Parts: sequence; structure tokens; C-alpha cells
Amino acid sequence: MRRDLVLATRHKSEWLTALFFFVMVTNLLPLGVGPEVSLLRKIAPGVLWIGALLSTLLGLQRLFSSDHGDGTLEQMALSPVPLAWLVAGKMVTHWLVCGLPVVLMAPLLGLQFDLPARSLGILVLSLLLGTPILSAVGALGAALTLGLRGGGALLSLLILPLYIPALIFGAGAVEADLSGISPQGHLSLLGALLVLSVFFSPWVTSLALRIALE
Amino acid sequence: MLAVAQLTCQRGARTLFSGLSFTLPEGQWIQIQGPNGAGKTTLLRVLAGLVQPREGTLTWQGQDVQECRAEWQRALLYLGHHAALKEELTPLENLRFSLGLEAFPVDEAALMEALHRFGLQEREHLPVRYLSAGQRRRVLLARLLIRPAQVWILDEPYTALDTHATQFLSTVIEDHLERGGSAILTSHQTLGLRPGMSIAL
Repeated sequence: MRRDLVLATRHKSEWLTALFFFVMVTNLLPLGVGPEVSLLRKIAPGVLWIGALLSTLLGLQRLFSSDHGDGTLEQMALSPVPLAWLVAGKMVTHWLVCGLPVVLMAPLLGLQFDLPARSLGILVLSLLLGTPILSAVGALGAALTLGLRGGGALLSLLILPLYIPALIFGAGAVEADLSGISPQGHLSLLGALLVLSVFFSPWVTSLALRIALE
Repeated sequence: MLAVAQLTCQRGARTLFSGLSFTLPEGQWIQIQGPNGAGKTTLLRVLAGLVQPREGTLTWQGQDVQECRAEWQRALLYLGHHAALKEELTPLENLRFSLGLEAFPVDEAALMEALHRFGLQEREHLPVRYLSAGQRRRVLLARLLIRPAQVWILDEPYTALDTHATQFLSTVIEDHLERGGSAILTSHQTLGLRPGMSIAL
């Protein structure tokens, strides 16, 4: 994991792209929809969440492919350290590089949509719970499409439907708060999804990687 | 001791080899020969545990490898076709992380010495991107000196090396055999090593 973090710092463009992509997507939508405050506030949670979702997708393709290309993945599979553990490390790195910056940037962008402070807090909380899900589920997709030609497009097709629950409950939490309902139910479900995906994904992903290596 | 019994491997519809049996005692080495595409690399990957064989068993110190996977992985060092190096990192960082990946203790002085012995003085802090194919190969081979292992599985270790490095690698392998280690390697070259077994695919 430390290795990946060092690599990420050498590859600044990668995570900056993800962050700028997030900023651009969330900025373009209001420009297209028009500057009506009530409308903007209504679509804000969805737009921010979709932006977060798409920008995590950017980093996923390279998650395993560069290690696969230069043979590092083989060495990882041969390591006495369980592969699932190493995979978990890679997921954490992906989240730190692609997820965390988005979470930190979100309240600033939320301001543009005239979200009240309380809802901004809920937004950050929902993204904080939700983006690790995106990294964990995305890693599985990246492992499954590893080594396939045109794997990138397939990855999006495979993973985006799986992101739907996180999107519904994540954006739902902020919407609920905006309309004065307690967002607790949404957040709890999001938390449950997080626990499930973080627990199972490294294990299943490592199995998928072993198949890809054969 | 590594023992292989009745190993069969298929790739798609093609049988690469079948009924392959051999033992590799300590202090011995095996050269695997065969034309391109005969399955040399696949055999090495099967031995390393990266590919499941269709049939047959692998036993390490009398135990089935399926049951003592962790011990076997600790005992073996597999260096494949790929350089397994990160372009952005320096040789030193690459070695450090590769040891870290396998949870082996890192001794900075030993890393430096290994790189120097493979003739990479003053290249330790240069990103691998700037190294030539032969130099990259040497960085990878430096792992032989720092990562303790009983069995070396080397896929074309002599590729891209110059005469000097080729000789040095042979002495490194010779030392390893001297200490009671064993090695399996594929190569098209005739090697300046003590006589070993050979398997033709």
C-alpha cells in the first residue's frame, strides 16, 4: 500500500484528473440546466453523487492493469502475505487517491448549489460512507475485466449498475435532509452496504485476480 | 526437495505436456529446454503455483503444495519474463517494496550491496524508466541476493544480459547451489554452470 501511495505521488496527473473531472461534471450540469436556485438545490445531491461516481471510475482501470502489465501482480500472488490483504491495501489507496479528494471537495461544490450547511454535512457523511463502497466494488470489476481488450468500456458497463444502491441511498440521504426528513435510515443502509462490500470485496477480488493470472 | 508427479497441463484444447515427473534434490538444478511455445513458461508458472495443473501433484519437503502453500511460497523465488519493476521508482525503491510485499525484513545496506554487485553503481536513485533493458534485468536479478529462498524458479534469466553479467549470474546461481539451494530455469543458452539435469518439452 505504501508503494502504491508513493506511485500515486509520482503520478500526480492521475488523481488530479479524477478530482478535476468531478469538479467539471458538477459544474457543467447547472450550466446546462439553468440558474434557477430551487431547481439547482433539488438536483444537487444527485449531481454531486453522480460526479463522485464517475470520477472514481476513472482511476479504477489502472488499479490492477499496470501491475498486471509489468508482472508485479504475479509477485503479489506469490507473496506469503494473503493476496486479499494486498488487494485490500490497493483498495484503500484507490480510495485515498480518488475518493477522499472528492469527499473533501464536495462541500465546496455543494455551496454552488445553495445547499444549507446541515445538508452539506450530510453530503460529506454520505460520501464518506459511500466512496469506499465505490472503490471496493470497483476493484472487483477491475479484476474481472483485467487483461481483456476494451476492458475499460466493459468495466463501466459492469460496475455502474452495481453502484446504483450506493447512489440511491447516498443521494437519498441528502435529499431526505433537504426535505426535512431524517436521513438516518439512508445513512444506516449505506453503512451496511459499506461493511458488506469492504468485507467481501478483497476476498472475491483476489479470486478474480488469480483467474486473470492463469 | 521438490517432487513433481504426473503433471499434465492444458492450454485451451492443446495439451502442453502430460505425465511429467521429476524430483529436484537440494543443491541441484534443472534446465528446461524446448522450442518456443512448448510450454516452458507455463511449466514454471505451474510450479510456482500461479497456474493450476490439469492433473498431477507437486510435493515440497514431502507435503502436498496445496496443503503447505504458505511454506512453499516462502521457499520459492519466481522471476518471470516481466521485469516486475515500477518505471517511476528507483531500483532501490523497487527492491525495498518487493521485499515489503512479501513481508521480508529490509536491510538497506544489503539492498545497496546487491545492486552494486550487479553493476548498478550510481544507478540506485535513478528512476527505472531511464535504465536499459539489461539494467532493468539486473535490478530484478538483484532480488536473488536479498530475498532468501531455497528454490529459484527463473524464466529466461539470461535474457538481455551482457557477457560480464551472464558470468556473474552463473556464479550467483553456482553459490546458491553450493549452499544447498536448488534452481529450475529455462534458457536457450548454454550456461557455464556445473552439470545439472535437463528436461525437454
